[in-house]
Amino acid sequence: MNAQAGGAKKGMIVSPIENGTVIDHLPPGKAVRIAQMLGLTEGAVVIIGQNLKSTKYGRKDLIKVENRFLTDEECSRIALFAPNATVNIIRNSELVEKRKVTIPDVVEGIAVCSNANCITNKEPVPTRMVTVSRSPVTIACHYCGYEVKAEDLRFRG
Amino acid sequence: MGFMNRDIVSIRDFSREDLDSIFGVARRMEKEGYDRGLLKGKRISLLFYEPSTRTRLSFQAAAQSLGADTVWFAGVEGTSVMKGETLKDTIETVANYADAIVIRHPYDGAARWAADITSRRAARGEKKVPVINGGDGRNEHPTQTMLDLYTIAQSQGRIDGLTIAMVGDLKYGRTVHSLAYALGLYSCRIRLVAPEQLQMPHHIISYLASRGVECTLHTSIEEVIGEADILYMTRIQRERFPDENEYNKVRGVYRVTRKTLQPAKPTMRVMHPLPRVDEISVDVDDDSRSYYFKQAGNGVPIRAALLAMVLGGIS
Repeated sequence: MNAQAGGAKKGMIVSPIENGTVIDHLPPGKAVRIAQMLGLTEGAVVIIGQNLKSTKYGRKDLIKVENRFLTDEECSRIALFAPNATVNIIRNSELVEKRKVTIPDVVEGIAVCSNANCITNKEPVPTRMVTVSRSPVTIACHYCGYEVKAEDLRFRG
Repeated sequence: MGFMNRDIVSIRDFSREDLDSIFGVARRMEKEGYDRGLLKGKRISLLFYEPSTRTRLSFQAAAQSLGADTVWFAGVEGTSVMKGETLKDTIETVANYADAIVIRHPYDGAARWAADITSRRAARGEKKVPVINGGDGRNEHPTQTMLDLYTIAQSQGRIDGLTIAMVGDLKYGRTVHSLAYALGLYSCRIRLVAPEQLQMPHHIISYLASRGVECTLHTSIEEVIGEADILYMTRIQRERFPDENEYNKVRGVYRVTRKTLQPAKPTMRVMHPLPRVDEISVDVDDDSRSYYFKQAGNGVPIRAALLAMVLGGIS
């Protein structure tokens, strides 16, 4: 593979990166939220493209992050907000791997239940969120059953 | 799914067949009497972090009817909870003393957490101590729902085909949440009567819709009283409101009197999980349609059936 992902060839709206990750095909308006959720905004060189033209979806957002490679768990978290996202690994300016994200069945420890009266918000209990619907992506707290749309899910710290 | 050592946490964990099994055992116990030797040597712990009259006493009566001992606290005053002990540490400790734990707790999800803790103990090689939810915050009260369904079937001879009106605090009321979920297993019509700000949570209404249950929203009892087979009243729960002003806006909004019942069918029954404040006037107690004290009495056979199935291997 030799073309860099994310529409960087024609027009070059978003600069290419040498080593790192391109998170492509994000719904418009979601890139900043996803970058924050993954902690990409702290220190790394990050390029965020918003409302870019997409042949597949009309408009899309995109994130490029230098020298950062995502874990499978981080890719699953992206899927909660962007089930159609693709994660592209770039090494030496070449696209070496293209991954589809998959919605996780369970999200453990990192999310916050939106129910203020939930035991997880009152005592030191690790959170456990379960996917109860995939379209739209809906998540329920394992303990109190409180449901939220994935896009409204909050993460710790 | 078998009942031995099973946690009773959410009504959603139970199929209609499961519920029928529980009702069958309860009916048999009511008819044939309680076997006082069935749970001899077993000890049941009742951890009531919140006030309770019916749930705690009926569990205790049920346990004693089957020969089991109980150890309990009612209110956290005098316990290590006052010193800041977590629920996890309390459960880890009490699980050493008991064969089953019944818990009522102010936080949503506390019963599931307690059940997970005893399951982890079992994974460490300790015996599994089943946890029974006696009401967790605003979330669920599954054993109340079991006795509610048992009462509906007892008073009407069936559950399918009935029109069931739930009235009052449908937002914070855990009994109506659990009851609504359970009614999704039956083909009945549901009428939800509440001020707009206390209406049933959307995710529960969506669940009922997904089950094909005919469910409509109302603000006055008069809109539904004529067609209802069951009028399920609830208290507006002051203790669940985050804001006293919000409570004052809706307190006393529904009050059933003999006059309210005039358009109702003679076979209609008024239920209430109790305690009541002013939502059912005392003169309704002597009306043939009142059924809430009989409903409260059903707590013993239902909870005895559950204990017998969870600890005694009865099916």
